[in-house]
Amino acid sequence: SVAPLRHWHALAQPIRHASGNVRTVTLIPGDGIGPEIAVAVQRIFEAAEAPIAWEAVDVTPVKNPDGTMGIPKAAIDSVNKNQIGLKSPLMTPVGKGFRSLNLQLRKEFSLYANVRPCKSIEGYKTLYDDVDLVTIRENTEGEYSGIEHEIVSGVVQSIKLITENASRRVAEFAFEYAKNNNRSKVTAVHKANIMRMSDGLFLRCCREAAEKHPEVKFEEKYLDTVCLNMVQDPTQYDVLVMPNLYGDIISDLCAGLIGGLGLTPSGNVGTGGAIFEAVHGTAPDIAGHDKANPTALLLSSVMMLRYMDLYDHAQRIETACFEVIREGQTITGDLGGQAKCSEYTDAIIRKLEAGQ
Amino acid sequence: MAAVFPKSMALSSSQRWISRAWLQSAGPSRSAFQDSKRNYMQDTSIPLAKYGGRHTVTMMPGDGIGPEMMGYVKDVFRVAGAPIDFEMAALNPANDSYEDLVNAISSVKRNGCGMKGNIETKMNRPDIKSRNVEMRNELDLFVNVLKCKSQAGIKTRHDNLDVVLIRQNTEGEYAMLEHESVPGVIESLKIITEESTERLCRFAFDYAKANGRKKVTLIHKANIMKLTDGLFLEVCNRVAQDYPEIEHNDMIIDNTCMQLVSNPWQFDVMILTNLYGTIVSNLICGLIGGPGILSGSNYGPRYAVFEPGTRNTGTKLAGTNTANPCAMLNASVDLLEHLHLDEHAQLIRSAINKTINEDKVQTVDLGGQATSMDVVQNIIAHIKKGL
Repeated sequence: SVAPLRHWHALAQPIRHASGNVRTVTLIPGDGIGPEIAVAVQRIFEAAEAPIAWEAVDVTPVKNPDGTMGIPKAAIDSVNKNQIGLKSPLMTPVGKGFRSLNLQLRKEFSLYANVRPCKSIEGYKTLYDDVDLVTIRENTEGEYSGIEHEIVSGVVQSIKLITENASRRVAEFAFEYAKNNNRSKVTAVHKANIMRMSDGLFLRCCREAAEKHPEVKFEEKYLDTVCLNMVQDPTQYDVLVMPNLYGDIISDLCAGLIGGLGLTPSGNVGTGGAIFEAVHGTAPDIAGHDKANPTALLLSSVMMLRYMDLYDHAQRIETACFEVIREGQTITGDLGGQAKCSEYTDAIIRKLEAGQ
Repeated sequence: MAAVFPKSMALSSSQRWISRAWLQSAGPSRSAFQDSKRNYMQDTSIPLAKYGGRHTVTMMPGDGIGPEMMGYVKDVFRVAGAPIDFEMAALNPANDSYEDLVNAISSVKRNGCGMKGNIETKMNRPDIKSRNVEMRNELDLFVNVLKCKSQAGIKTRHDNLDVVLIRQNTEGEYAMLEHESVPGVIESLKIITEESTERLCRFAFDYAKANGRKKVTLIHKANIMKLTDGLFLEVCNRVAQDYPEIEHNDMIIDNTCMQLVSNPWQFDVMILTNLYGTIVSNLICGLIGGPGILSGSNYGPRYAVFEPGTRNTGTKLAGTNTANPCAMLNASVDLLEHLHLDEHAQLIRSAINKTINEDKVQTVDLGGQATSMDVVQNIIAHIKKGL
């Protein structure tokens, strides 16, 4: 069920609890390399003595009493109760088949905004050195509404849905996020010269939100201009807010600038809570071989800690992780090293223990 | 097979004609296409307007830096002695009526080819359709080809790129069919038809074969848009079987963007739908050095229109003498090659290459200090030497 719109105001701020309380977080171990990297994160959290208790759930679709396939009730109840989740990659089949599990999760918990901070990692050199931006993407509608038909044989249509409520929600979230995280500028990315009414509506909602937050600069740019400029000089962008499809593409583009999906954290904020996830694939070819890189899931869990106001633990874990990458001695294969996943995790744990 | 031409030019009937003609989505060559799947391109080697050895070409300057750039094209052609006469077709964006557009389109139909700057679209009037899109739909310019080659004289993070983008130019996400079903809820339709997709894919594979290209990659998002992009994927796989000597694979658009910034050398020829095409073409232009160099060609069964690759109006640069004229000049060279005026084409192309890569006379967007006029003068100097 969807919580009333007024509640999202409260969740743009992190949930506050008295320190010392152990918070329960729902953990979705996922498929492929998912379970391995989840275990790595749990070990690191234990070493950092973070006050987190994990509640693992399985989200494989089951048959509901009414015959439809859906996420098991136990998983839904867990996330609704804990209001925070950490998710490892799930498998999505290409082509015809059942609806994407990721999309179903987003619908179920009304996760309306996807936040992906992209910051260049010291110690992992890419062709772009000084990237520091955040992409905020509308997560529920747009081109991914999944409404498609074959009108006549050989002619197919897909409907892109833009609603005022959703656009306004994500625009407000973007400005609140910018304010709470000391960001100076919000850029709305759109294609309103072609999609007049749909992107036009999105743009109007962004402009209205901008007027309510005059201390944050606002600009609007065409999608193609953003692509063009992003690969030449990524420093000119700060916070980007956009509808679903453009957000997907631009956020992956930004992830590519800093080194790929294996290093990028991601968080989904909703009316009923927040789920943080690793956005890379399940890598079935290396599953079970202890070769996976848990950095993406680890950085997402650090985002989660900050969201829960546990800044101290977040900072320590992040620093330990970046130091290990900077030293380059025990890093995994995708980063150019030869260490196993467990060795990399051990290196981070050693750094944490040394720092305490 | 020619499209029906309205007797009256009254606003409402032209509008009806344009929307009706769009609905015949495969365009004027529909019956030709159905006769033989390979006969989707009529013979365009004989241009339609050639008198006394001189070709007539429509010129549509558009807005922003368009008029300036077109002026440079005329100068360069005059010095090179290219036998081209330009027929100007102004498109005034302040004018709401469709008359300008209809005149420009009929001019291109008469002449067979044209050169175009980008036309500004007024965003706050959803009832007025984008003129760029209308023109492409009317002339059935179903494919846009962008040849992306790294320039040796421009310092970028990625060198030695050589990718060709074959992009769907009509329908797709740019169908411009939107409606507000309920206040606050807007639907926009993305249309993919099997016929258009098939001829696009055949064009891509034929192009690859004719130009010695080894690999064709299809870019899509079929994991989410299972029917629309799924159809695209299916048709492309089917067409690929007719060309076993060319390697074929597919990639999802977000992965493509990520790969392009880290390893763009894995791509050779890419087939894209309309929206993904705009994203990837701007991305690659950014990797190569900016919007000022590459030119794009729009082909249809009967007509061809040439324009700068990234379709910017460049309004901020208009009148400042700082815009890069190379994109438009490269487009004019594409035009000459299309008309088989290869000597003149080679002359101007090498002049442009020498100016950018050897003399390094570059405008601000490429990191240089020269003005537009400096670049054009340098190109003209090389042409005079070559004559």
